[in-house]
Amino acid sequence: MSTVFEVTRLRKNFGGLTVTDDVSLSMATSDRLALIGPNGAGKTTFVNLVTGNLAPTSGTVTLAGADITRLNAMQRVRRGLVRSFQVTRLFQEMTPEEHVALAVLQREGRTGRLFGDFRRMPRVMEEVRDILGTLGLDGLATRKVSEIAYGQQRLLEIALALALRPRVLLLDEPAAGVPQSDTGRIERALEMLPPDLAVLMIEHDMELVFRFARRVIVLAAGKVIFDGLPDDVVKDARVREAYLGSYAQ
Amino acid sequence: MTAISQPAGQSFNRTLSGLVGLAAIVGCGVAGYFLFPDNLALLTRIVAVALLVLSLDLVTGYCGIATLGHAALFGAGAYGAGIAAAHFGVVSPLAMTGIGLAAGAVAGLISGVVLLRAHGLAQLVLSIAVVHLFHEAANKASGWTGGSDGLSGISPDPLLGLFEFDLWGRTVYVYAVVLLVIVFVLLRFVVHSPFGMLCRGIREDKVRVHAMGASVHGAQLRMFVISGAVAGVGGALNAISTQVVGLDSLSFTLSAEALVMLVLGGVGSLYGALIGTVAFMWFEDVVSAANPFHWLTMVGVLLIAVVLFAPRGLYGSAAALLTRGSGRR
Amino acid sequence: MQTVLSIAVDALAYGMVLFVISIGLSVTMGLMRVINLAHGAFAMVGGYCASYVAHAGFGYGIAIVAAMVATAIIALPLERLLYRRIYGASELTQVLMTIGITFCVIGLVNYIFGPTLKTVPLPEALRGSVDLGFRSVAKYRLFAILCGLIVAGGLWYLIERTAFGVRLRATVDNANMAASLGVRTQIVYAASFALAVALAAFGGVVGSELLPLEPYYALRYMVTFLVVVSVGGPGSIPGALLACLLLGAIDTIGRYLAPEYGEFFFYLAVIVIVTLFPRGLAGRLKKQ
Repeated sequence: MSTVFEVTRLRKNFGGLTVTDDVSLSMATSDRLALIGPNGAGKTTFVNLVTGNLAPTSGTVTLAGADITRLNAMQRVRRGLVRSFQVTRLFQEMTPEEHVALAVLQREGRTGRLFGDFRRMPRVMEEVRDILGTLGLDGLATRKVSEIAYGQQRLLEIALALALRPRVLLLDEPAAGVPQSDTGRIERALEMLPPDLAVLMIEHDMELVFRFARRVIVLAAGKVIFDGLPDDVVKDARVREAYLGSYAQ
Repeated sequence: MTAISQPAGQSFNRTLSGLVGLAAIVGCGVAGYFLFPDNLALLTRIVAVALLVLSLDLVTGYCGIATLGHAALFGAGAYGAGIAAAHFGVVSPLAMTGIGLAAGAVAGLISGVVLLRAHGLAQLVLSIAVVHLFHEAANKASGWTGGSDGLSGISPDPLLGLFEFDLWGRTVYVYAVVLLVIVFVLLRFVVHSPFGMLCRGIREDKVRVHAMGASVHGAQLRMFVISGAVAGVGGALNAISTQVVGLDSLSFTLSAEALVMLVLGGVGSLYGALIGTVAFMWFEDVVSAANPFHWLTMVGVLLIAVVLFAPRGLYGSAAALLTRGSGRR
Repeated sequence: MQTVLSIAVDALAYGMVLFVISIGLSVTMGLMRVINLAHGAFAMVGGYCASYVAHAGFGYGIAIVAAMVATAIIALPLERLLYRRIYGASELTQVLMTIGITFCVIGLVNYIFGPTLKTVPLPEALRGSVDLGFRSVAKYRLFAILCGLIVAGGLWYLIERTAFGVRLRATVDNANMAASLGVRTQIVYAASFALAVALAAFGGVVGSELLPLEPYYALRYMVTFLVVVSVGGPGSIPGALLACLLLGAIDTIGRYLAPEYGEFFFYLAVIVIVTLFPRGLAGRLKKQ
């Protein structure tokens, strides 16, 4: 297993406040890493730094050996660093089929084409059916997104990310807002992610973290305070301190 | 508007509906020719403005950019074709149309570069500033444009060297309908193409499009150029048919009217743009013939009514009603 | 030197008139986030009211007050019935609705008062010019400048120093929070709207020498007012003042030095400023 993604001493200051404090982490292909931390730990800022929506004060981000620190969000996606959103961001008036087709076409650099309906492109349609089928969305392929359930919209978020064939996938709370009864489907979808894909999941739900992650990183006050196996995380004194510290006295 | 939820096998349905729409346009064109032989000038004007409204729909309906300066693109096409004919002796109607198309595309590019610098209110204000800037520039360059007197001396050659432009406007009307059909067919391809789908995505959520690795700015700018080409054809058609180009073709008023027509018909659908144009201009002709003073009041009331009661426009509301009806069955 | 001074006075007077009319628009846009293209129509209605009252034999002051009250009375039901439905709607919806209102007003004014130019006769005290020692200046222009300063100062006091101002600012910052703290936001909205419209009417009357009153006034200056607010940054008094003075100066200088270019330089300046400062010169309110 080789290193596909690396963050080195990443730092972000807002005025005098350091929100991300020299965070380093590295991921190998097929990694299943969960990033957790109490509220205000700086997870959102970290995600934005990694995706390129915020510029870091210092530090580097490397993807497949290339320095991508200076690239914007769009260029990072094109190189294979893909994210999902904590609150789904989908095109309400469009169908799941259109969503996935758009992502496939974009990956192939064909969204500039002025002619041709994707429904008549057999290869694109095959892939669209494939992805939607894997996630159990094939029955909803031609419904408007605004008409389908939130849990299914979450699955569509994952479908979109898959259609872009990322090297590194960043899942921002993939089960947020989904009723308990539906989280099972999301978990199964996560289990079916391609094995050689490096996945970084930001999550609150510890049960999901324990079932999914093979490695856990804990962020507190902008710093990495733990990097290790899921089984060890609850035993770690600093993690307990970070989560329970405010209740201690 | 993609208000109609599509059943399976929609690829075939889409082709069918396209053919039906095309037949309807040609049918209306032919009917207009025989029913209103004394009014062909008005009908030609309607087609020219319809091209402007279609072009506006590409930017406003498919990309979600509200603009009050779209006549700049139409006027650029009109002046491009007019100046080519009056000053450079380019009097072949096809060449004039081509020059209008190019001039419109360039104006679309300029307009897009300026407008895409901002969002929301600032963008709206920029669009207004752009059309005024074009207007004042055309007014100042009166040596080329004829200034406020308008550009005259445009006398196009017979179409394809065969068909004279007659006094009754028959030839130019036929030419107009043919242009409209060609543009409509091309635009149907564009809006259903991967690029058209990307633009609809941009209208709904720019952040998501970015997260797919697509360039929002690039796509919008490209749509502005396409839109400019369409509006430019409309402008050139107007120059060919009236043989004068006035400053009103570059006005804020025409821009605002085009937006009203689009919204009246239904934003985000090519049929809506056409229906809105025909309804508005027909209504204008009838009402202002009866009493020009009441025209503005009526348009005002109409606009308020559309916003309050039919925000999807005539076509969008009708389509929604139809699907609801068929859904119950 | 003579020219420079007269350009300066004209520019200042014109800028101040723009300010008096536009500041109401700026406040409503900052507060309610409504792109109100009908604002100029209210200024026009005010001007017509004043013209009617003045020609009926009443004084200038009474005409101004009557215009402000009458316009606010006309505007309040519109706020209740139409504007309230488009708070928070898309720009396109707001633009269309308010253009519709503008068209209606133009058509009705044309129908009631006819298409001719209307005037509000100035009182004796404001006619002629006053000698400043080295140069004489039209009294009317000084009056317009003074009106602008009074409005700016009065509005600043109202917003920063009074209980109403506190409610207004709270509502702007967070309408839901303000409502749960007992601020009756609907009333704040209605009151601000009435105030904005009354100021527009005031400006319409005071500015009628510079922006002549005729039915297409509402359309002709619609864009100017919107531009001023956008350049200044919606909701900002200093921003609006700065924008008015700047754009008033550019427009006036353009008219003096290069009249054949019309408003070319005005709109060029607008494009440059808006491109450089997309949130306005002093957009201090919340983003977007």
